[in-house]
Amino acid sequence: MVTTRTTPEVGGMGHSPRRKEDPRFIQGKGNYIEDIKLPGMLWMDIVRSPYAHARIVSIDASKALAIPGVLAVITGKDLEKYGLHWMPTLMSDTQMVLPTDTVKYQAQEVCAVIATERYIAADAIQAVEVEYEELPVVVDPFKAMEPGATLVRPDKGKDTNHIWHWEVGDPDATDAILKASDLVVKQDVYIPRIHVASIETCGCVASFDKVEGKLTVWMTTQAPHAIRTVLALVAGHVGLSEERIRVISPDIGGGFGGKVPVYPGYVIAIAASVLIGKPVKWIEDRMENLQADSFARDYHTTAELGVNRDGTLTALRVKTLADHGYADSAANPSKFPAGLYHICTGSYDLKGAHVEVDGVYTNKPPGGVAYRCSFRVTEAVHTIERMVDIAAHEIGMDPAALRMKNFIEEDQFPYKSVLGWEYDSGNYHAALRKAMDIIGYEDLRKEQLEKRAKGELMGIGISSFTEIVGAGPSRDFDILGIKMFDSAEIRVHPTGKAIARFGTKSQGQGHETTYAQIVAEELGIPMSQVQVEEGDTDTAPYGLGTYASRSTPTAGAAAAMAARKIRDKARKIAAYLLEADEEDLEWEPGKFSVRGNPDAVKTIQEIAFAAYTNHPQGMEAGLEATHYYDPPNLTYPFGSYICVVDIDKGTGQVTIRRFVAIDDCGNIINPKIVEGQVHGGLTMGLAPSLYEEISYDEAGNCLGGSFVDYLVPTAVESPHWETGHTITPSPHHPIGAKGVGESPTVGAPPAIANAVVDALWHLGVRHIDIPMTPARVWKVLRDHGVEG
Amino acid sequence: MSLREIHLTVNGEARTATVENRLLLVHCIRENLGLTGTHVGCETSHCGACTIHVEGTPVKSCTMFAVQADGKSITTVEGLAGPDGISPVQEGFWEEHGLQCGFCTPGMMMTATALVRVEEEPSEAEIREAISGNLCRCTGYVNIVRAIQFAHRKIHSPAPVPVMAHEGGE
Ligand code: FES
Ligand code: FES
Repeated sequence: MVTTRTTPEVGGMGHSPRRKEDPRFIQGKGNYIEDIKLPGMLWMDIVRSPYAHARIVSIDASKALAIPGVLAVITGKDLEKYGLHWMPTLMSDTQMVLPTDTVKYQAQEVCAVIATERYIAADAIQAVEVEYEELPVVVDPFKAMEPGATLVRPDKGKDTNHIWHWEVGDPDATDAILKASDLVVKQDVYIPRIHVASIETCGCVASFDKVEGKLTVWMTTQAPHAIRTVLALVAGHVGLSEERIRVISPDIGGGFGGKVPVYPGYVIAIAASVLIGKPVKWIEDRMENLQADSFARDYHTTAELGVNRDGTLTALRVKTLADHGYADSAANPSKFPAGLYHICTGSYDLKGAHVEVDGVYTNKPPGGVAYRCSFRVTEAVHTIERMVDIAAHEIGMDPAALRMKNFIEEDQFPYKSVLGWEYDSGNYHAALRKAMDIIGYEDLRKEQLEKRAKGELMGIGISSFTEIVGAGPSRDFDILGIKMFDSAEIRVHPTGKAIARFGTKSQGQGHETTYAQIVAEELGIPMSQVQVEEGDTDTAPYGLGTYASRSTPTAGAAAAMAARKIRDKARKIAAYLLEADEEDLEWEPGKFSVRGNPDAVKTIQEIAFAAYTNHPQGMEAGLEATHYYDPPNLTYPFGSYICVVDIDKGTGQVTIRRFVAIDDCGNIINPKIVEGQVHGGLTMGLAPSLYEEISYDEAGNCLGGSFVDYLVPTAVESPHWETGHTITPSPHHPIGAKGVGESPTVGAPPAIANAVVDALWHLGVRHIDIPMTPARVWKVLRDHGVEG
Repeated sequence: MSLREIHLTVNGEARTATVENRLLLVHCIRENLGLTGTHVGCETSHCGACTIHVEGTPVKSCTMFAVQADGKSITTVEGLAGPDGISPVQEGFWEEHGLQCGFCTPGMMMTATALVRVEEEPSEAEIREAISGNLCRCTGYVNIVRAIQFAHRKIHSPAPVPVMAHEGGE
C-alpha cells in the first residue's frame, strides 16, 4: 500500500495530483526545440554519405552556393582550420564532426549547408556534388575481429578493429563450479541494434553573440550541464570558455538515452553560428535520426549457466562481442566500458560468474547508448532471464519454481553479488508470487497443456529482473571525469512559496510534479506552490542530467536533503519566534509546534516570512539551500513480469494475450506517474521483442532507417498492460525511492521471449533471437515441421 | 519559385498566408501562421504528431500542401479549448495522465476529438484502432485510451463523470 503523510492539498509523496507541466502541453504551448525562433535565424541541413566506407575525392559546392539564400557550405576542411573537425565521445574515444577525407558509415555527415530558410537548405544539400571512391566495408563484428580485416579506424595506429577488452569475475573459480555442475546450458543470444526513436528528433538552435562573446545553445539534451563543459573543453581553444556558454534544454519530446550524446550536427551548428554571427537552427529529420544518431544494444553474447538436477543454479559465464560502429560513443560511466552489464547474475544467488566483453569497430553509426535502460542492464537481464528459462526447460522444472528456488532471499539483503555489486534491498519471492496470483499462473499452465494437446501454441513467459540504477557513487562513477552526483537548489520566498532548481532534465518523466511533491513532503509547502525548473545552465545547479533512471535516486534525494537543510534553519527561526528551545519543537509536514503545547505553532509560511522580516539577530536572512547529492550506493529496483502469448501457426504472428507487471521501485512519489512510466516502458520493451531492429546489408546499407521499416508499436500492437507493485524501500535513499522509468524496458523483453519459446519448446525450439517478427517465427515453425 | 496567397480559416479566425506551392501544410501552420502546437515527428505520414482537422476531419498535415488547404477551415490543438476552458479531451488527457513528454499529444488529441464525437462509446479495441495512426513513444497507450474514455463519458453521459481509480492510488 502506498501511504501518505500529507493532505491531498499539500500533495506530498504517495499522492497522484494532476501533473503541473500538462496545461502547456495539452494546449499546444510546449516549447520544444523546433518551436524556438530567433530574429535573423538561419537553417542548417546536412549532406550525408550514401556509402558505408568511402574516400571523399571532392566536394563541389558551387551549384549549391549559387542558389539564392544559400550562405555557406561547411566542410571538414573548413573545421580543420579551427581544430574542430574531430571531437571526443563520452567514452573518451574520438569521433568526426565532419570528415576531411574518409566517411565511415552510411548517413555520416559529409558537409553542412547554411541557408536563410529550411526549404532552401534542403535544395542546397541536393545541389552539393560529392565524388566518392568506395572502400571495402566491414559490417559483421566477428569478421571485423579477424586478422586482416578492413581497418575501420587506421587513425588509432593499431592493426585491429578491436577497441577494448573488459572482464570481471573469477574465471578459474567459475570454470570449476561449472565443471562440477550437473548440467551447463549454453546459448548464443543476440540483442539487436535498436534506436530509441523518440517522437521528437534531435536538433538545436545555436546563437553566438559577437558583441558579448557569448554562446547560447538551445538543444535537445538530457544533460545540459555536462554538455556545456564538453563544449568548453572542445572549443576552449577558439575562445569559448565555460562562463560564456549557456546551454538550455527546452521541453524535450522524449529522450530515452538518445539525447545524451553530442552529435556532430550540434557542433557544426555552433561553429556556423560563431563563424557567421547569426543564430543557426538544425533539426534532423526522421531518417537522419534513425540512420545516424547513436544506436543501442548490438551485443553478441554466448552464455553458459550451470544448473544441478535439483534446480540449483551454480555459475554463469558470459562472453560478449559489442559492436560499437565506427566509434565508441556509448554514454557509460568511464570506469565501465560495458556499462553495468555485470549485473547479469540477476536476481539469483550464484556462486560464480565471469564476464568478458570486447568492443569492436565496424562501418556502422557510432553508439552504444541506452534505450530507456541503465547502462547495458537490458542486455544483462535478457541474457540471464533467457538462460534461466532454458535451464528450467532443460531439467524439466517449472520456470517459476526454478526462480523461486534460486532467488536471493529477503534476509540476504544487503546482498553482495559474486561480481561485486551490493544490492540494497529486495523481496523477489513476493513480487513473483503476486504476479503469479494475479495472472492465475497454475491455471494457465493447465490451459497450456490442454491447448498443446489440440495442437495450439500458447506460451507463458516469466522475467524476474533486478535493475541497477541511480548512478552513482563518486568513488566509482564519473563521465569524462565529472562525478555522477546530482543537485537541487530550493528557495523559499517570503510568502512561503518556493522555487526549486535541479541539475537533471525531464523528457516526459514529470519532474515538475514529482520534485514538487518531494519538497511538499519535506516542507509541507503545497506542491502547487513549488515551481520546478531545470535545463538552463545559467540558472540551475550543476548536475549530470537525466538518464539511467537516475533522477529520483540522485536529484530526488538532493531535493529531500536540501529541503531538510531548510527545515533545520526553519527550526531555529521557529524556536526564536516561539521563544522555545529547538529541542522542544516537533515537526509535522508544514509546521513546528512546541511539545506539550499544541497551540504554540509556527507554520512554514510564517517561518518563511520571518526569515526575511524578523529573523534572529546574527542569522543570515533568507530561507534557501543547495545540495549536491553523492549517493552512497546504487539502487536496485526489481520486479516480476509474466506474459501469456498465443502464436498463429499460419502466420507466425505472436499475440500477447495478457501481461502482468509487478514492479518494486521502493517508496513511490506519485503512483499515477509511476504507473505511466511502467506502461510506457513496457511498450518500449515490447518493441524490440517483436518488431524493432536496425540491421545492415553487406554493403553497410541501413535496413530500418525510416518508420516504413522501423516498426514502432502503435496502440494496436501494444496490449492492455496490467500493473501492480510491491514496496521495498531503499535503505540508503533519503526518501526510500529507487527509480522506475526503465525497469519495464529491461524486464519486458525476456518475459515475451520466454513466452514465445515456452510455446514452442515441445517442438524442439530452445531459443529465438529478438525481434520475434512473424517472419522469423514462421520460419522457426516451418523448420520444426509445423504446418499452418 | 512561385508564391501564392492562400486564405483559410484557422481555429475560427480568417488567416492569409503567402506560400510556395511545395510548402507542407504543417510547415505553413508552424512557420507562417506561428502555431507551434502542431508537431513534426517524421514528415512521412507515419507518426501522426502533425494531425489537425481539415473541415472537421483529422488529417496528417505533413501529407498536404498548404495550397491544398486554400479556402478550407482547419483546427489545430490551439483551437481545442473553448470559452469555457479546456475541452473534454484535453481534460481527459490531463486527468488520466495520457501524456508524458507531450510531443505526440496535440496530434493524438486531434484524432481523439474526432473519435469522441460519435454517440456510442467506442470499445477499447476501437479506440486503439482509431489512434493507431498516432505514435506515442512514452505512455504505452493505456492512459491515452483512458483519457479518450473519460472524454467520451464527459460528453455523452448525463451523469457526472466518476473519477477513475488508479492502481496504487490514494
Ligand atoms: S509529421 Fe506528419 S505524420 Fe509524422
Ligand atoms: S507523450 Fe511522448 S510521445 Fe507521446
